[in-house]
Amino acid sequence: METNYVLKMDNISKRYGESRVLKDVQLHVAAGEIHALMGENGAGKSTLMNVLFGMPVIHSTGGFEGTIEFAGERVDISSPQKAMELGIGMVHQEFMLIPGFTVVENIKLGREITTPTIASSVFGASLEKLDRSAMAADARKALDTIGLGIGEDQLVRGMPVGYMQFIEIAREIDKTGMKLLIFDEPTAVLTESEADRLLETMQLIASKGIAIIFITHRIDEVIRVSDSMTVLRDGSFVSRLTTKESTAAQIAELMIGRKVEKLVDDVGEDTRSIQDDDIMLRLTDFHVDMPGERVRGVDLTLRRGEILGIGGLAGQGKVGISNGILGLYPSRGTVELDGEKIDTAKLGEALKKRIAFVSEDRRGVGLLLEESIQENIAFTSMQIQNRFLKNYGPVKLMDKAGIRAHAQEMIEKLDIRCTGPDQYVGRLSGGNQQKVCLARALTMNPALLIVSEPTRGIDIGAKKLVLELLGKMNREQGMTIIMISSELNELRSLCDRIAIVSDGKLTGIFAPDASDAEYGMAMSGMKKGGETQ
Amino acid sequence: MNKNSVAGNNSGESLKRALFDNKVIIMLVVLCFACILIADTNVSYIASEVFTRFGRNTCLVLALIIPCLAGLGMNFGIVIGATAAQIAIFWVVHWGFTGIFGFLLCVVLCTPLALVFGYLLGKLYNKTKGAEMITGLVLGFFADGLYRLFVLYIIGGVIPYDDPNLLDRGFGLRNAFDLTGNIKYALDDISFLTVLALVSILMILSTLAVSLHDKKKGNPMDSKKIGIRLVTGAAVLVFSFVARMIPITNQLFGGTRLIFTDAALFGGLGLILYGIMGFLIRRSKGEKGPGKAIGTAVLGGLLMAGTVIAPVREIYQSIQLPAAAYAVICIFCMFNNWITNTRLGQNMRTVGQSRSVATSAGINVDKTRIIATCISTVLAAWGQMIFLQNLGTFNTVQQQSNVGLYAVAAILVGGATVQKANNKQAVIGVFLFHTLFVVAPLAATKVVGDSAISEYIRMFISYGIIAVSLAMHAWKSAGGNKNKGADAQTAAAVAVTSGASDLPDSSS
Amino acid sequence: MTKEKFKKAIDVIGLPRLIVFCFFIAIIITAYVNGINVPSFFSSTIKYWGMWCVLVLAMIPTIKCGIGPNFGISLGIVCGILGTLLAIEFEITALVDGMVPGLGPWVAMLFAMVISAAVAWLVGIGYGKLLNLVKGSEMTVTTYIGYSVIYLMCIVWFRAPFSSGEIIWNLGGKGVRNSVSMESSFGNLLNDAFGFYIGGESGIYIPTGLILFCLLMCLVVHLYFKSKTGLAIAASGSNPTFARASGINVDKMRVKGIAMSTMLGAVGIVVYNQGFGFLQAYGAPLQMGFLCVASVLIGGATTTKATILHVIIGTFLYQGLIIFTPPVSNELLAGTDISDTMRQIIQNGVILYALAKAKGGSSHE
Repeated sequence: METNYVLKMDNISKRYGESRVLKDVQLHVAAGEIHALMGENGAGKSTLMNVLFGMPVIHSTGGFEGTIEFAGERVDISSPQKAMELGIGMVHQEFMLIPGFTVVENIKLGREITTPTIASSVFGASLEKLDRSAMAADARKALDTIGLGIGEDQLVRGMPVGYMQFIEIAREIDKTGMKLLIFDEPTAVLTESEADRLLETMQLIASKGIAIIFITHRIDEVIRVSDSMTVLRDGSFVSRLTTKESTAAQIAELMIGRKVEKLVDDVGEDTRSIQDDDIMLRLTDFHVDMPGERVRGVDLTLRRGEILGIGGLAGQGKVGISNGILGLYPSRGTVELDGEKIDTAKLGEALKKRIAFVSEDRRGVGLLLEESIQENIAFTSMQIQNRFLKNYGPVKLMDKAGIRAHAQEMIEKLDIRCTGPDQYVGRLSGGNQQKVCLARALTMNPALLIVSEPTRGIDIGAKKLVLELLGKMNREQGMTIIMISSELNELRSLCDRIAIVSDGKLTGIFAPDASDAEYGMAMSGMKKGGETQ
Repeated sequence: MNKNSVAGNNSGESLKRALFDNKVIIMLVVLCFACILIADTNVSYIASEVFTRFGRNTCLVLALIIPCLAGLGMNFGIVIGATAAQIAIFWVVHWGFTGIFGFLLCVVLCTPLALVFGYLLGKLYNKTKGAEMITGLVLGFFADGLYRLFVLYIIGGVIPYDDPNLLDRGFGLRNAFDLTGNIKYALDDISFLTVLALVSILMILSTLAVSLHDKKKGNPMDSKKIGIRLVTGAAVLVFSFVARMIPITNQLFGGTRLIFTDAALFGGLGLILYGIMGFLIRRSKGEKGPGKAIGTAVLGGLLMAGTVIAPVREIYQSIQLPAAAYAVICIFCMFNNWITNTRLGQNMRTVGQSRSVATSAGINVDKTRIIATCISTVLAAWGQMIFLQNLGTFNTVQQQSNVGLYAVAAILVGGATVQKANNKQAVIGVFLFHTLFVVAPLAATKVVGDSAISEYIRMFISYGIIAVSLAMHAWKSAGGNKNKGADAQTAAAVAVTSGASDLPDSSS
Repeated sequence: MTKEKFKKAIDVIGLPRLIVFCFFIAIIITAYVNGINVPSFFSSTIKYWGMWCVLVLAMIPTIKCGIGPNFGISLGIVCGILGTLLAIEFEITALVDGMVPGLGPWVAMLFAMVISAAVAWLVGIGYGKLLNLVKGSEMTVTTYIGYSVIYLMCIVWFRAPFSSGEIIWNLGGKGVRNSVSMESSFGNLLNDAFGFYIGGESGIYIPTGLILFCLLMCLVVHLYFKSKTGLAIAASGSNPTFARASGINVDKMRVKGIAMSTMLGAVGIVVYNQGFGFLQAYGAPLQMGFLCVASVLIGGATTTKATILHVIIGTFLYQGLIIFTPPVSNELLAGTDISDTMRQIIQNGVILYALAKAKGGSSHE
């Protein structure tokens, strides 16, 4: 007797240009079950869902290979509309709600119930009159199904986020013929009690025969509500498990585990002596209010001379730490450098204390794309340290010759491939742009270098160069470095210690050779552990 | 937990809130009164002037509401709609059509022209999302240039046009275009009784058509409602004919203008009856309290009382209402309401609130915006027709230039914002703005002792109002997401997502 | 292939710029063919170029600091008018001439410039702070503030307590007259300084003083943007988050940019008035903002990028067009002047084009 699968995706492969993001992935979901889809960032979860939803981004980039069977039939999902017609719905991570509309209007958005009138017979269906009472009745029914007792004519504005999530769900439920519902990280924005409610609602929906795909990184939730799960890693199918027969540690290991490739060949001899009591930077109860990367109370110490890695999944707050220290987003708690407090409310204070920063958003924050390499390299140092300025009579102007000489030096030192210091950085490749960012940070003669996602979006050769450069800087010049990255492998090949952040909090500090399961559990926020200081 | 305290029936608190919400209106009312006191002039003059201006300008202001719903902000581009109306007039007058027929021909001719203009404007707005207002403004100037080229060089030059309005040099129109004797007051002169007859016929026909249509489509029908409508329609129709026979009613309602005294007398009576009826119905349903019905009746009583108080009666007597123009204003308002209750209207509101949500709900954002712009342009063209037939003579080259400015200033005074506007705000706004427009120069002249200052005062008021309300609006929407600096249109959508990630801190 | 290239080239140059340039060339050729006195009109073009140059230059700081062309330059203009009126009111020319003959007009002009620049600096700072509150809608707000300030000042001029006979109405009383002669103060001062003709009296007149002054102002602005503050302003405009990451207070830089622009507007109108020979208060400066914006855009600027070269070229092209069109249209269209209409179409067309180019047409966001 075979299981009655409502969705069968087989041998799904997808390329974006040269890079293969999905390799022969399969996903089978039975009717009425909650099926968890798990994997790290970049494992291919969202691409797989885009394929299932027929998103334009898939079809405009050459489509995909493989087959999709839905409710027992081969289907060709060419557009999101088609997916919706088939009965596939999605509860988005970012709410598709309009605050100025009532609950009814939001639930029936784009699917209003109308009655034909004379005008609509003459001028077309868009002039049909709204049947507000029928709409309200439908919305009430959907709300009752999920047990949300709010008035359907209330405005969404000002409602708690938990309610908004439920309104999104009500909207999907209200669609007729809903067979499969996708929840994309639904508990990420909810409080604990709201998350509980949501999980219960999911079970309720599943009990009505609707299949649910539950995308999340929280292993405990998966264990609680899901019936089965599919684990993806690096765009490949790893395993399909039945939840009852799996343990948290096992799941974590499946998510993280990978062959350890050597990313760094040689960073020179390690002659450092790192003292546990020689603390350079200390964060105490550090909160950062960075949208999408909130930090909620981190205590962390950094020893002089070490490379500290900060890892974790996207959106969990690791990037927020660096941005908070630099004062780019409002923060509270204390940051001490060599025992001296840094006033993060004052922009540029950290820079003045010789903390240099390479941003994760290279093109957005890291560079002036329409300026030359030399100006990019010299800019921060000029603004903060008043270097590269020359007196012309009473006025102080940019010292072009000095900047050029310095840029030339940096180009040679970091091996930036360019036509000369005058070239616009916008024209450089990603790797070389990253080197320009590093050159600017190094120009500050930093005591502490914070690099965020140093290898994002650059090719493998350039990746290695950048990492080796960081290693050499640490070994040869004794520069203390905080390296923040989503790629655990990268952190493990270079760092002395790796802190894992989940949900804005520190969940553990590990040695680079700690086990995959330990990392996996920490990343999904399961337990505090690992080596403590 | 917070909600209860806000919603709580703290009357002081709610009064404060009401005052704050209507601060613009209150400020304007105070300003108007101050000006009237300073100007120390004949109130009758001001009242009649304001009511005339109301009949003339309101339709243009009502044309701003739909694009505002669709998220286009204040459509300064209605200038091109006005242009379409003027072009139509040139030919209709040239062909020698006069009276209401000439007027209607103008309306028919300017509509396709306005549709084309509106389509092009909508296309342009789609290319400048987030900067529609400045685009509309500059486009107004640009279109002025093209129009001037047309009026001064192409008419009679490239396009044959043989008319006494032509300049002596053989091409280009004279500076002033006189409508006296052709379509001046074409609409305004229709008597109240004719309007009543037309409206009642329209009501009967539409009721019949709708019920036939519903029957064919199998929609549910309310036969009682249909009956009431038909009977009311027939009664009004009969009244409109009978009233012509009776000398006194014919004298009261058969003239080209409706004197406000009579309107107040009968309108007030109607309101009182309506109020009492509503009250009785409430009673029969067993509902407690007087409700709104009493308020209506009191209003009616006050209106009527005015007719017997000498000074007020004097003011009443000076106000002459053009019945048809006011009826058209009502129709414009009803049209705006009707549109918002259709699927199209709902789509416009969605697009106006968040383009990304609209797209994900399968709404064609660009098309919806173009339709909104087209509707607005056509309404503006018709509005300009009403304006011009009342004015009687217009500046051939420049009449349309300030249409957008005055209309936008008026609706903003009524409490509308760049993202929200409705009929009520338009109507209140026109009253306040034009009162100020009339009295402020008088007051200033009185103070300064020189009337040359009036024009500066008027322009300063118009521009000042727009500058202040735009700045206040931009300030509010920029404050919501300081770090992003996104444009006003997306602010609402961004607020949801950033609010979303806010929660774990705020709701615990 | 070549079609593609052609299209790309047009995109780079910009369609309106191309049209304006071709139009300009065509008009000059037509003028020459029709026997119009081209050198004398060239002289006017150069003169008007100088008169407008500083005003158009005022667009640079606001574009660089990221708020787009300054439609509200009228704020600076009214400051400049105030400064000039004060210089006339205090009869500085006569005062100084009494001490050192010949120096009077220069001191008066300098006085006007310094006073108006100082006032403009203060006004600009307030204005900048206001614009920081309305990020994202700067262009709309600046336009309307610009307009309302002009009319506010109309009311002020109407009753301003000046006493100099040069300023007040002929019939006495209070208030500034429509058009105040600058003859007794510093009218045509820069235009006449070191001026000479190329090719005799009927040739092209070169107002050396005016040109030198404009170039000097251009140089000052150029150097300013090579200083630490100037570079920080430019970075704040082109990438605010980058600037923040380098420890720059972006809002402060925007205020500085706007204040600088307002100052240039004030100095610019002083230069304009001396060249015009008359000072026109009231509604005269109403459309000057649009004209400045259009000039810099014709020169090749966009709403986010502008250089001094754009100012110089744009002002020349635009002024040339305005000056050459009337005689040519007079010749061709039997005594009618189409130039004002042309000006209106070109000026606003160019601005519209820039707006449509600046904002993408995405239906998302």
